[in-house]
This record gives sequence, structure tokens and C-alpha cells, in this order.
Amino acid sequence: MPPVIEVRDLHTHLVTRWGTVKAVDGVSFTVSARETLGLVGESGSGKSMTCLSIVRLVPRPAARIVGGSVLLDGEDLLTKTEQEMQRLRGRKVGMILQDPMSSLNPVFSIGRQVREPVSMYHGLRGRALQERAAGLLASVRIPSPAERLRAFPHQLSGGMRQRVVGAMAIAAPPRLLIADEPTTSLDLTIQAQYLQLLEELQEKHGLAMIFITHNLGIVSKICDRVAVMYAGRIVEVGPVRRIFQSPAHPYTRALLESIPRLGARLGRLTAIEGQPPDLARLPTGCAFAPRCPHVMERCRAEAPPEITVAQGQVTRCWLHTPA
Amino acid sequence: MSLLEVSGLTKHFPVRRGMLGLSEGLVRAVDSVSFTLDVGATLGLVGESGCGKTTTSKLILGLEPPTAGEIRFAGEDILAAQETEARRRYRRSVQAVFQDPYASLDPRMRVGSIIAEPLVINEQSDAAGRRHRVRELLDVVGLPARAADLFPHEFSGGQRQRIAIARALALSPKLIVLDEPVSALDVSIRAQILNLLRDLQTRLGVSYLFISHDLAAVAHMSHTIAVMYLGKLVELGDAAAIALEPKHPYTKALFAAALPIDFDTKTEEAVLSGEVPSPLNPPSGCRFHTRCPYVLPQCATEEPPLRSESGRLVACHLY
Repeated sequence: MPPVIEVRDLHTHLVTRWGTVKAVDGVSFTVSARETLGLVGESGSGKSMTCLSIVRLVPRPAARIVGGSVLLDGEDLLTKTEQEMQRLRGRKVGMILQDPMSSLNPVFSIGRQVREPVSMYHGLRGRALQERAAGLLASVRIPSPAERLRAFPHQLSGGMRQRVVGAMAIAAPPRLLIADEPTTSLDLTIQAQYLQLLEELQEKHGLAMIFITHNLGIVSKICDRVAVMYAGRIVEVGPVRRIFQSPAHPYTRALLESIPRLGARLGRLTAIEGQPPDLARLPTGCAFAPRCPHVMERCRAEAPPEITVAQGQVTRCWLHTPA
Repeated sequence: MSLLEVSGLTKHFPVRRGMLGLSEGLVRAVDSVSFTLDVGATLGLVGESGCGKTTTSKLILGLEPPTAGEIRFAGEDILAAQETEARRRYRRSVQAVFQDPYASLDPRMRVGSIIAEPLVINEQSDAAGRRHRVRELLDVVGLPARAADLFPHEFSGGQRQRIAIARALALSPKLIVLDEPVSALDVSIRAQILNLLRDLQTRLGVSYLFISHDLAAVAHMSHTIAVMYLGKLVELGDAAAIALEPKHPYTKALFAAALPIDFDTKTEEAVLSGEVPSPLNPPSGCRFHTRCPYVLPQCATEEPPLRSESGRLVACHLY
């Protein structure tokens, strides 16, 4: 089965006062239907910029997609006109962002906001539209949906608001769902409910999903594959279990070791030394080299290429030789 | 030896509405909470938003007066203390580090003045003495001495949190309230700060009240964990015991929802239904009974007291 989305050698640059920042620097990946790709990395590593590039919503005029291709069901989104993109956003690619309060308009009722995409995608009106909108809220487990349509965003809890955003994102339903830290602003038990809901929706509509997070626990729970980003590049990608059990890149390994585990008050954590990279002043060669415990001469001179280390596991690190 | 003893601590906020400001009810933000914290130990306080953990920390910091209850610090009842000298001593001994180091440091002050500010207010040392102390503190938190002449914007998030920690340490406090100290930091930096805090505790013998929603970090840092739900303590005890073998149904659900990286025990954990009820109108009996998967008939009417169970205190009718 061909992938729903295929990103090939994507480059997005930000032109700033301090010079050109390569926010996305040669990113490639695929996601198939019913598959979830986790995109992890620190702030500034390019996770969100990658996803904004897919739907061509990068902040203009500073950001520019300068190369690569984004194939959605085989069609390149980067060559489409803005009008074509507008028809496509929401209909083919749904998005859920971190803060539901900024995704929803505070002065319009929930009903008005949920009806908008439904009428656009399905051409419904009047009673049928109202019923479909209520059905959509019911499908994201919002109790008494008909009454909730009359409510305003501030009258709902954070978890309920994010459900409304989820309902709007699957109104079409789309082929690809991009979830950018959708549970970061939610409480733990509400987060667990929301993750369960996303899995259900994915199953029901056969969605391909890109899940951006910095929480590796969430990745282990709901993702099939994970891509680790550092300074605009994917430094390692592969099946979740494989990556977590035998990470190939020193950054992935350090990230996994630096997280406290439940229960054991074992001495010190393994910290990653140094500070996150300054994207405007990246070193030549591997961007992780200044913080890497295994750094070699070659790492500082030459950026490592993609090296396949096992079935489906690819890394960018000179420690490995092509398998 | 216990440094901090809190007993029956209660904070109710009246809710006023309308032109006359008539009281329409009470938010029981903290309801009869008791715990002790030993010298050189860490108490982790966990729970979801609205459970009262931040209000508890404000009461301990003296930023809010409690409605009822007692706070004893090194044996001294600090709420009853009339003399300003005793209160002043207490305030000097208790410091805080907050979540967002971008908000907690004045962008127009140099780092040296930020760290020296508590000294200016509380001590009669001269400028040279203060400069010396600032250099010492910067060294303790792993920053170079030249950092004193720079402004906060010249530092990354992790370095700023080090500055906030240096300021908290300036008066050699006995207790530091850490309110989500690593939540705003990048994942790769969190371990650095957690390690620094542990090292400082070993070196200086300071006690921590550690508040966080990152349960793994709390379990890693704490000797004791207190779990709160809607203003009430539901479970209190040894950190490892609570993290690995939670007894209260809420603690169980909370730690299951914390999603440890674990592929082998993929048991179908119970996801709690419903949301946290409004603290303005908490459920009768056990406040958790509306969401509890093990609810018993008496849970709706009888409030369970904290009882001793397998080496910790649990407020639940199941035990």
C-alpha cells in the first residue's frame, strides 16, 4: 500500500536578522494509513516547522520552503496554487494544535465553528447540518452534544475544548491528521482520555497520523514509528520499540537515559551536557557533535548521511557503517 | 528530624459575584491537609490542576494566610508568631523557584543584582561581601563568574533556571519550594537541573517541597509523595512505594496516565472517565467517588479518613 504522505528532502529556511536559519534541513519520511509517526525533539528542532511546511502555513515572509517535495496520495503539495491548498487544508489534512483556546474563536459559539467545516466539506444546510455537527461532537465523546453546540469556548473545560478541535479536524474526514502537542495543556487523566480518543478516531477513519511531542512516554504508547529531530534534521527514525530498545544515535540514547523512570530513586540522571544548539550558528558537520560523548574528528568536518542500521531503522551518525 | 510540620491546613476562598459582592459559596482549595517534611528531605506534591498543590505552596511561603490549621517550622508555630522577628526568620529560611525562568527574572536587572537582591533586603553585608557571595553562588549552580555582569536574555532556559536557583540559595534557606522547576525547560536540559538540585541537597542539607505534574520526575526526586485531589490528601507515603504500588484508585489512575516508557507491561490500564468536578461544589463523601472505578455504596455519603495501609496513609473505603 502506498503511503498517504511522503515528505522528500524538505528544506525550509527562515530569514532572520541573525542570518538564514535552516529550520528544516533535508527531512524525509513517509506515513501510511492507520500508522502513527511520532516526531520528537526539543524546541527549535524543526518538528512544528516540518508540519507547517506540509500544509504550507509557514510564517511568511520570514519562512520559505526552498526545496523538496511533499506528496499527499502521490500529489505534490508544494507545486499547488494557494487556492488549491485552501481546498485541501482541513479536507485532506486535519490539524490539532497545542492550545485549544487559540484554535477556537472565543466570540463564536461551538456550533457555528463546528458547522463551518461540515457545511464546507459536505454541503449540508439547516437541520441536516445541525444534526451532523451534533453527531461529530458525539463522536469525540462530548456529553449532551446538542446543548454543547450553543455553548461558547470559555464555557468548556480544556479537555472538552480540545475535543471540539478534534471534532473539527476529522469533520471531512481527512487522509492525514497532524497533532502538534495536542495534550500538553491537558491534565494527566484527561490526557489519557484524549490519547485513547485519538486512537479510536484513527482506527475508525483509517487516518495517517503525525504526532508531535516531546513526551517519550506518549510515543511509546501510541506511535508505530518515531523520528527524532535535532537542529532541523531527522537524526534517527525507526519502529518505536526498536528505537527505544537499541537507539543508534547518541542523542536518542542520551534522551532516553535522561528521563527519570518511575519508582527507582537511583542516584543521578544521565544528563546531556551543554546547551541546545543555536540554529543561526550551527557547526559544520554533525550538529550534535559539540554535545556528543562519542564525538570523532570526522563528525566536526562532515555531516553524516543517512545510514540504515537495521530493518527500518535509519540514523545520521558516523558511529555506524551501512549495514 | 522534621523541619516542617503542617497540620489541618485549610484555605477557603469565598466566591463573590454581583454588584454587592455577596458571598455565593466557598472554594475549598485546600481542606485539612497535614504532612511533615524532614531536614534534608524532599516531599513531592502531585495532583491535577485545581487540586490545591499551588495553594498549599503559597500557604507555606506565607503568600496567603490560611483559613485554619497550623504550620510549624523547626518547632516554631509560625502562624501564631506575633513578633516580626520570628516571621522574618521564617521568610528568610523558606525560598522558592518557579516554573518559568523567563518570567521570574527581571529582564532589566543584571544577573549579579538579581542574585544579590535577597542579600540587600535581608542582610547588612557591604557591596564587596555581596559580590563575593554572588560569585560563590554562581559557582555552586555551575555558571561562570562573568555571568554576574550579563542580563537574563543572554542565557538559555536551563541557565536561567540556574540563576533562579542561585537567588533562592542566597540566604542559605532550610526549605526551597520548587513549583514545576523543570516543566518549562527542554527535555535534554531537565536532567541537568534535576541533578543540580539533588547535588545541592546532598551538599547543603536543604529540604525541598517539589511540586510537579511530571510524576516520574517527582518519584525520582522525592523521599515522600503526597497526592492531592480537590483540596484533599488522598495518599501520603514513601515515594517508591507510592510510585510502584499505588493504593488509592486515584493515585493508580494518575500513575497509569503518567505513561512510563514500558513495552512489557502493556496491561489495559483504566482510563478515568469524566473530569475533575468543580471545587466550588465538590462531591459529597469521598470527593473522588464520581470517577472512581471501584466505588462502594458508602463512598457517596461517608468521607474516608486517612488510614495507615501497607506503610503509607490512604483515604479510601477499600482499605
